[in-house]
Amino acid sequence: MKSLAELQAIKDRMKDKVILREGVNDIRVVVGMATCGIAAGARPVLATLVEEVNAAGLSDKVTVSQTGCIGICQYEPIVEVFEAGKDKVTYVKMTPEKAKRVVEEHLKGGNVVNEYTIAGHKE
Amino acid sequence: MVRAHVLICGGTGCTSSGSQDIQKAFRENIESYGLADEVKLVQTGCFGLCALGPVVIVYPDGTFYSRVTPEDVKEIVEEHLLKGRIVERLVYNDTGNDKEEVTGNVALGDTAFYKSQNRVVLRNCGVINPENIDEYIAMDGYAALGKVLTEMTPEDVIKCVTDSGLRGRGGGGFPTGRKWALCAPNKAPQKYVVCNADEGDPGAFMDRSVLEGDPHSVIEAMAIAGYAIGATQGYVYVRAEYPIAVKRLQIAIDQAREYGLLGKNIFDSGFDFDLHIRLGAGAFVCGEETALMTSIEGNRGEPRPRPPYPAVKGLYNSPTVENNVETFANIPQIILRGAEWFASMGTEKSKGTKVFALGGKIKHTGLVEIPMGTTLRHIIEDIGGGIPGGKKFKAAQTGGPSGGCIPASLIDTEVDYDNLTAIGCMMGSGGLIVMDEDTCMVDMAKFFLEFTVDESCGKCTPCRVGTKRLLELLDKITKGNGTLEDLDRMEELCLYIKQNSLCGLGQTAPNPVLATLKFFRDEYVAHVKDKVCPAGVCKDLVSYSIIADKCKGCTKCARNCPVGAITGTIKNPHEINQAACIKCGACIDNCPFGAIVRK
Repeated sequence: MKSLAELQAIKDRMKDKVILREGVNDIRVVVGMATCGIAAGARPVLATLVEEVNAAGLSDKVTVSQTGCIGICQYEPIVEVFEAGKDKVTYVKMTPEKAKRVVEEHLKGGNVVNEYTIAGHKE
Repeated sequence: MVRAHVLICGGTGCTSSGSQDIQKAFRENIESYGLADEVKLVQTGCFGLCALGPVVIVYPDGTFYSRVTPEDVKEIVEEHLLKGRIVERLVYNDTGNDKEEVTGNVALGDTAFYKSQNRVVLRNCGVINPENIDEYIAMDGYAALGKVLTEMTPEDVIKCVTDSGLRGRGGGGFPTGRKWALCAPNKAPQKYVVCNADEGDPGAFMDRSVLEGDPHSVIEAMAIAGYAIGATQGYVYVRAEYPIAVKRLQIAIDQAREYGLLGKNIFDSGFDFDLHIRLGAGAFVCGEETALMTSIEGNRGEPRPRPPYPAVKGLYNSPTVENNVETFANIPQIILRGAEWFASMGTEKSKGTKVFALGGKIKHTGLVEIPMGTTLRHIIEDIGGGIPGGKKFKAAQTGGPSGGCIPASLIDTEVDYDNLTAIGCMMGSGGLIVMDEDTCMVDMAKFFLEFTVDESCGKCTPCRVGTKRLLELLDKITKGNGTLEDLDRMEELCLYIKQNSLCGLGQTAPNPVLATLKFFRDEYVAHVKDKVCPAGVCKDLVSYSIIADKCKGCTKCARNCPVGAITGTIKNPHEINQAACIKCGACIDNCPFGAIVRK
């Protein structure tokens, strides 16, 4: 080790890898992962959310986690976004593509993607 | 992309309750569910709540699973990691609030055990993988060494440590900054930094947990100390009974060397520092600083008279600074966050936090770190979860065999160096053994004295002979042969040993006797005058008998008696043959009718 920059480089490289252990952040994104959710394709949605959140550099603000059956199985895969002081947002019939847009517009931009929510959803 | 971390405690406590098997089961199950790319397994150091081990924590939720068995692992992987449902039956979520029932997940920081803790020394224990230097660096590791070598002079470092008010955590409480300042001006071709990891108090495991959970913090601090006093060589003296600690420390030293954080020209500053481990064979006296140095030199571990102090003539007759593991573990944080930050915690003369190993009759056996000045009541009742079985608190022993006991009447004492000294106790290295009404204080004093008699190195007479005579007097009392004069003689002998012994071992060995004589003299008098042991512990003063009216003749006691001392026929009252009885208490534990009494 010859310089502080070298040390900082290791720290930066590692930070993403340990940040999960700092516990739950301000924004919590939860994917329904009961049998119904998994059958409807929640797994690729979860994987996309995790990847996109990291890629967008939001890992210190957003926690991606799972939950069990939310109770409206016909709308799976379901993704819910919890943010302190704000109403819960429930996205339904999610896909990896939709998840990308949610990360970009909602989590990063702060604008709820209304057309994907349970209220805005059209059959 | 990893979305969850499973942290499994790999400390000595959880390892002995089977955490290695759990790790294996997790690996297999995660593999078989195809989650290997999404879930990362991390072996960490001690979380502190050893009573509930093996401990597994799942992030990002921070779910705390306690007493996990390999059979539970499949359920955790399938339910929690695959389907996102917490396995409620294994979750530890005791918030210490009796009023409302808590279900589901509770963040670790909100549980009764953790919420009043302030983790400085243990900040990385149970958070990082101690065998991975990169994870330590991610948590600001080696940044303090970098700062010291690039921005600070040795005088700045010593001033910072002095201003912080840090005092030696090994027991003595000598100001660390002053220790360094005494050594720094002494000129010598070679100076040394020594880390005392010879933790010997029965029931204490603070230093072990730091070495197991965060070994790099000690390495970094020793290098900082080396820079401050002008030493280029360090030794960690650790007992061979700590195999996991030794292994992880060696891994950490190797990694630090590989990264150039130990060795020549660290951070291109021209400063060289290297470190070696020396294994001790487990002699208690080697925890005494001069005996420890004698042992590193390859000689029999015996203390040396002082002066000259180690700051002038220590290891190999060279100026040496020796600090305890916990003291060192504070240093990087003090450098990074400043002396004022550290001095803002604690009491007027005792700054910072202290790690305690809670043991004995307490619900949450384990490791806690709290600011100095926390009351004993808070430690025992809130953090420790109180005494199991609804028993009454009697006393707490601090400082192990060198310390004294704090009786129930002083439970509101604010724990710091000076308050404990004022009541005739000592902080010690941090062992805190809780005793309830079933503990005989005479027997307790005898237990600790047996330990010091065994561990006395024999070099000086007051300790070698004095402690032995003291033990004989105690033995006489517990056998019911003592006299009231013996109590006075004991007190006199205690003071003599304290004043005349060569090193800390002898100077503190009589403390358990003195403290119990002071606070529990009535128990001694009961043993001497009434020939009874109020707690029913001293076997020679206890007898068991069966109340004929209550005995239904179920034969359970007779069947459980290991020496066949109980006779009687079925459905008729039984009897105990006093001559054969070994007073083990098996009968009383097994009697379903409460027909057996201990007197």
